[in-house]
Amino acid sequence: MAASSIALKQPEMPLAHELKGRVGMFCLIAAESSIFLIFVVAYLFYAGKSLNGPYPNEVLHVPVFNSICLFASSFTIVMAERALKRNAVKVFGIWWLFTIVLGAIFLVGTAWEWYGLIYRDHLTITTNLFGTTFYSLVGLHASHVIIGLTGLTTIMILTALGYVSQEHENRIGVFALYWHFVDAVWVIVLSVVYFIAR
Amino acid sequence: MFVPEAGVAARPFFERLHDWIITVDHKKIGLMYVGYGVLFLVIGGIEAAIMRAQLAFANNHLVSPQTFNRMFTMHGTTMIFFAAMPIVFGIANYLVPLMIGARDMAFPRLNAFSFWMSALGGLILYYSFIGGNGLYGAGTAPDVGWFAYAPLTAQAFSPGHSTDYWIIGLLVSGIGSIGTALNIVTTVFCMRCPGMLLRRMPLLVWLNLITASLVLIIISPLTSAQIMLLLDRYLGAHFFDTQAGGSAVIWMHFFWIFGHPEVYVLVLPAFAILSEVIPVFSRKPIFGYNIMVLATIAIGFISLGVWAHHMFTIGMTSYANAFFVASTAAIAVPTGIKIFNWLGTMWGGKLIFSTAMLFCIAAVAQMLIAGLTGIMLAAAPFDWQLGNSYFVIAHFHYVILGVIVFAVFAATYYWYPKISGRMMNETLGKWHFWLFLIGFHVTFDFMHIPGILGMPRRIYTYEASRGWEIWNLIVSVGVIIQIVAILFWVVNLVWSHYNGREAGNDPWDAWTLEWSTSSPPPDYNFAIVPTVRSRRPLWDLKHPEDPDWKYE
Repeated sequence: MAASSIALKQPEMPLAHELKGRVGMFCLIAAESSIFLIFVVAYLFYAGKSLNGPYPNEVLHVPVFNSICLFASSFTIVMAERALKRNAVKVFGIWWLFTIVLGAIFLVGTAWEWYGLIYRDHLTITTNLFGTTFYSLVGLHASHVIIGLTGLTTIMILTALGYVSQEHENRIGVFALYWHFVDAVWVIVLSVVYFIAR
Repeated sequence: MFVPEAGVAARPFFERLHDWIITVDHKKIGLMYVGYGVLFLVIGGIEAAIMRAQLAFANNHLVSPQTFNRMFTMHGTTMIFFAAMPIVFGIANYLVPLMIGARDMAFPRLNAFSFWMSALGGLILYYSFIGGNGLYGAGTAPDVGWFAYAPLTAQAFSPGHSTDYWIIGLLVSGIGSIGTALNIVTTVFCMRCPGMLLRRMPLLVWLNLITASLVLIIISPLTSAQIMLLLDRYLGAHFFDTQAGGSAVIWMHFFWIFGHPEVYVLVLPAFAILSEVIPVFSRKPIFGYNIMVLATIAIGFISLGVWAHHMFTIGMTSYANAFFVASTAAIAVPTGIKIFNWLGTMWGGKLIFSTAMLFCIAAVAQMLIAGLTGIMLAAAPFDWQLGNSYFVIAHFHYVILGVIVFAVFAATYYWYPKISGRMMNETLGKWHFWLFLIGFHVTFDFMHIPGILGMPRRIYTYEASRGWEIWNLIVSVGVIIQIVAILFWVVNLVWSHYNGREAGNDPWDAWTLEWSTSSPPPDYNFAIVPTVRSRRPLWDLKHPEDPDWKYE
C-alpha cells in the first residue's frame, strides 16, 4: 500500500501483539467480576432477611483449611510459571500438579461443607433467602473453580504427553491469570459470606 | 446485505455459502452481523406495525390482547438485542481493523464464535413461537415486556416455557456480546499499525472502544439476574419471591443497571458514525477531537450511575430520587458537548449534502430533541406524571430511531461503496431520506401528545372520546410512510449492487485508512501494513505539500 511510503524517522509502535492474550483475559475477568458483583450485592441485600432458619451464624464455619489450599494454589501456579520460563518442564509439571491437587481439595471441601449443610442442618436453596443466596454465590464460585480445574487438567495432560515447552510460556501465563482471578474472588466471597454477613 | 466478493461470482452457490459459514474474516463476520441485524430489524418492524395497526382506532380488536402483549415484548427484545446490537457490532467489526491498519481482529475465531452465539440467541427467542407452549399450554412467545419484571416472570405468574425462551435466548446472545466486546477492546489495544497512537485513532475507533468496554461491564448484571431468575423458576430459590422475604424491586435494579448503559452502548456507535461522516462532508477535520474523546469517556462512566431514573414511579427514597435526578441531568452535559462538536465541524465547512450527510444532520437535530425530552423525564416529579406513558415511548424512540437508525442509514450510504465496490443511487437515497424523515416525525413527534394526555404504554386498546384517537391514527399513518421509505432503502441496496457506479478506492475523498485499500478490501486488508503520522493518514498521503502531522 502506498500509505507505507510516508517516511518515518522512528515508527511509534503501540502495544505489542504478544500482549493480546493478556488484554483479552483481563476483559473476560472484567465481565466475570461484574457477574460476581451482582451476586455479592444480592447476598448483602438479603443478609439477615430470611424469614425462617437455619441462619448463617448457626450453621456456617469458616473453611480455614479449604481457603489456605486455594490461596496456596496461586503460589504454586506462579512457581510453575517460573519453572517454565527457565524451560524446566518437569519442575513445571510438578508445580502444576500441586496446583490441581490444591484446587481439587478446595472443591472436595466445598462439597463436604454442602453435604453437611444439606443433610445435617437441612439448609437447601429452597429453605430460605440465606440458602438461596449462599448456594448461588458459593456455587457460582465453585463452578468457576471447576472451569479452572478443567483448564489446568487439560494443560497437565498436554504436559505429560510432552507438548508443553518454554514457547508456551505466554499462553500458560494468560491461563494462570484466570486461576488467580478465581482465587481473588474467593477473598471477596469468603469475607462477605463467612465474616461480614454472618 | 450478503455482498459476495468480487471475482468469486462464478463459483457455485453452496461453495460460497460454505465460505461465509466457516469464515473468520472480520469483514465477512461484520457483514453477517449487519445482515442478521437487518433481518431482525424487519421482523421487529413488522411487530411494531401490528401494534400500530391495533392502536390506530379506539376499541379495535385486530389482534387478541395476548398477541398484543407478545408483540410488544418481542418487538422490544428483538430491536435491542437482535437488531441494534448486531448492527453496531457488525459495523465495528468491519471498520475497526480497517481503520487502525490491522489485518484482522485480535481473535478471529472467537469473533466467529461470538457471531454464531448471537445468532443462536435470536433463533432460541423466535423458536418460542413454535415451541413455547410448554407443559401447561401457557403462551407461545414471551409476553412479559422486554424488561421482564420479576416476580411477574416467576413460575407462578409465567407458567409454561415462554419466559424461559426469553431468558435463555438473551443469556446465549450475551455470551456472544461479551466475546465481541472483548475482541474489539483487544484489537484496539494490540493490533494498531505503527504510528497509530491512541491520540491519532479515528473517533469511530475511540467510540467503539468505549462502547465495547461498557459492554464488558454491563451485560453481566443482566446475565446474573437471569441466572437468579432461572434458579427461582426451576430450583425453587427465592431471589424474587416476595412470600419468602424476597424483593419485587431488586430485579428492576439489576435489569436497569444493564438497561440504561445499554442505551449508550447503542448510541455511542451511532455517534461514532456521525463523527466520521460529518467531517468528510464538511471538508474539515472534526472540531474538538480531544473533547469528543473525553466526553465519551465521561458518558461511559456517568451512564453506570443513572439507572434508577427508570424507576422513579416505583417510589424510592427522596435521597435516591435526588441522586438519580442529578446524575441523569449530569449526563446531558457530555452529550451536549458532542452536539457542539458536530455543529462546530459543520460551521464554516463546505457542506456536501449527500444522502449520508443528510441522515447525519437529521440525527444531530433529533439527538437534541431526544436529549431535551430526556432532561424533562430526568426530573422526578415530571416523571411521576408521565412515567410509563406514551411520552416515554416517544422519547426513547426518538433516540433509537431518530439517532441510531438514522446514523446506521448514513453508514450504509457512506460505507456501501467500500463494502461492495459500487456507489448507492443518490436519487433513491434522497427519496429514502425525505420519506423516512417525514414518516419518523409524523409517528414520533405526535406520539408525545397522547402520552401527555395520559395514554399509558402497553395498553391493548382504549375507549373512544378520551381525545387519543386522532393522535394514534396520525402515529399509525406515519408507520406506513416509514415502511415505504425502508422499501426505497432495500431496493437501493440491491439495485446498486448490480447497477451502481464503480466506486474506486476513495469515492468521498476521505481521510481514514479504510479508503486507502481497494473496494471491496482484499483478504487481510492491507498488502503492506501502513504507517501513520497523524489523525488523517490519507490526507497526508494525498497532500504531501501540506500534511496534517506538521500541525498536530
